[in-house]
Amino acid sequence: MEFFFQIVITGLSLGFLYALAALGFVMIFKSSSVLNFAHGGLMAIGAFLFLVLSAWARLPIWLAFLLTLIGSFSLGFIIERFFLRPLIGEALIEVIMLTLGLFYMIKGLLLFIFGGDLYSYPDFLPPVLTFHWGGIEVTGVYVATFIIGLIFLGLFGFFFKYSSQGIYMRSVADNQPAAMALGVHVRRVFALSWAIAALVAAMSGIVLGIINGINVHEVSDIGLKVFPVVILGGLDSIGGAVLGGIIIGLLETFTGGYISTGLREVIPYIALIIILLIKPYGLFGLVEIERV
Amino acid sequence: MRRLRFHPCGNFNETYREELTIFETDFGRLSLLVGLILLFVVVPFISNAYILYIVNTIGIFAIAAIGLNLLIGYTGQISLGHGAFFGVGAYSAAILSTKAGFPFLIAVPLAGLITALVGMIFGTPSIRLKHLYLCIATLASQFILEYIFVQWEGLTGGAAGISIPAANLFGIDLGSDRNFFFVIFFCFSLMTWMAVNLTRTRYGRAFIAIRDNDQAAEGMGIPIFIYKLLAFGISSFYAGFAGALFAYYMISITPEPFGIWLSIEYIAMIIIGGLGSIPGSVFGTVFIVVLSEVLSNVTQYLMNISPSIGGAITIAPLREFVYGLAIVLFIIFEPKGLAEVWRIGRSSFRLWPFSY
Repeated sequence: MEFFFQIVITGLSLGFLYALAALGFVMIFKSSSVLNFAHGGLMAIGAFLFLVLSAWARLPIWLAFLLTLIGSFSLGFIIERFFLRPLIGEALIEVIMLTLGLFYMIKGLLLFIFGGDLYSYPDFLPPVLTFHWGGIEVTGVYVATFIIGLIFLGLFGFFFKYSSQGIYMRSVADNQPAAMALGVHVRRVFALSWAIAALVAAMSGIVLGIINGINVHEVSDIGLKVFPVVILGGLDSIGGAVLGGIIIGLLETFTGGYISTGLREVIPYIALIIILLIKPYGLFGLVEIERV
Repeated sequence: MRRLRFHPCGNFNETYREELTIFETDFGRLSLLVGLILLFVVVPFISNAYILYIVNTIGIFAIAAIGLNLLIGYTGQISLGHGAFFGVGAYSAAILSTKAGFPFLIAVPLAGLITALVGMIFGTPSIRLKHLYLCIATLASQFILEYIFVQWEGLTGGAAGISIPAANLFGIDLGSDRNFFFVIFFCFSLMTWMAVNLTRTRYGRAFIAIRDNDQAAEGMGIPIFIYKLLAFGISSFYAGFAGALFAYYMISITPEPFGIWLSIEYIAMIIIGGLGSIPGSVFGTVFIVVLSEVLSNVTQYLMNISPSIGGAITIAPLREFVYGLAIVLFIIFEPKGLAEVWRIGRSSFRLWPFSY
């Protein structure tokens, strides 16, 4: 039974991590319909920026964190401005390939600088976060993941519901020409959505780094795991991304714990194919009805 | 003998036959003939072992890249699993020749057919899905196939892989690069010829109709699901055939080369070469393979001058970065790829000195 609970806890925290990663992905897809393969790269950049600032430059943690967020926010702007904007209105494959190309550029650059080694952050989590519950130990990093995940989900909820920029974003996602006609600055919305997505990606990269330590290959591979999550939840649904993340996280840890560790890596993709065959628009996705 | 046709100063096609023609002028036909003679008679005898190895690799990869271009460039179905299909071909050929004892001549086409079947199975999500959903589904098939290569140890030999006996065709040993060159480029010419002609038949035109607008295609009476599956089958056949040649050429295979990276490399080839262009696929393959060799030579060269610099530069990150950069630059500045560059270059020569 203890084993079972341990698996549930690990699965949930992994799920929250996936949900955080998926959040930034959904953000971009929702506002500009771009399938962002570079998401893992953005996560890795955030994670390594934080590493450099906190462990190498020895800045205080809060300052390092703030600077990382600012850095990735501006990186998102830059990527949108120089790479994505020339392609507005181009074919899907070109946009997809552009993000793939970006992904490999980022990955190659990071591998070039940091190599394939595993790094870990200085230990900064207060020990009060660790608690015992019966025989089960829940370590501080998992609690921190939950807390950070919840804070960000709350912030996003409020942002989309009440802030003017959030409402612009939703309007662009809903109907781009209509939003444009009503005076929404669509290009600014695209840029802002990339910037926010890069920020969230950096967050999830840091959280991943706190849990497992960071390694260029590992962080960037998580970026591909985002696909099963968002397909399960529905490509354009934030709530779906969270639920999908938790389901995929649990599925992965349960397969790893009870069936086989080798299967653990592919089970999300097997689930992905099944979901696509049965319910391609996911749990909460917008169903586009089109008869051919 | 009829008179050689020159290029007219414009398109004045009066019949469909003229529009469908492959060679607009007799010079195209002549230059192809010269090119083929150069390829088969001169190249294998003047190049050393290293050059021959590169040329052979280009030939094998070009076959698979043409297959992928038929799927993405002509039918508009994005596949991120082509590398795995290439691997299925390689493994089928290896298993057929070691476990079932089939000779080279049968094992290679059979491996292509098996891969076509696998490709059609993984193409079934295209019944309901298109665009990015299909793209994600094929990404999943890449990971699932990769898992099968590693885990089904009884059949694939797991991480250790399979060694294949040297190929033998009509009693001639194909162990040497030069003998294998003729096999590869005979197959390459045949497959290219088939692909070029396929795009002129009703099947190829149906593919193009599906790419341009699938609803209109259905409205014109094209059963699009059957044609999409057929496109997956043909494309996987090309991948499997090339994979089988690759397995025989490499003599032993492991799951390692058939990862997601290979699929990306194939897509890079056809994007850089030009989507929807058969010569483009070949240009793209040449570009990528030569780029990869140049990069590995550069790293080795740096390593030799000064180990302290060279030690820091390893080939993998450099290659990933340069490939990524090449893809990004081509998409932003020349989305139609090298085929378009070639066309522009040719017509500026043709129109000289009045090139406007």
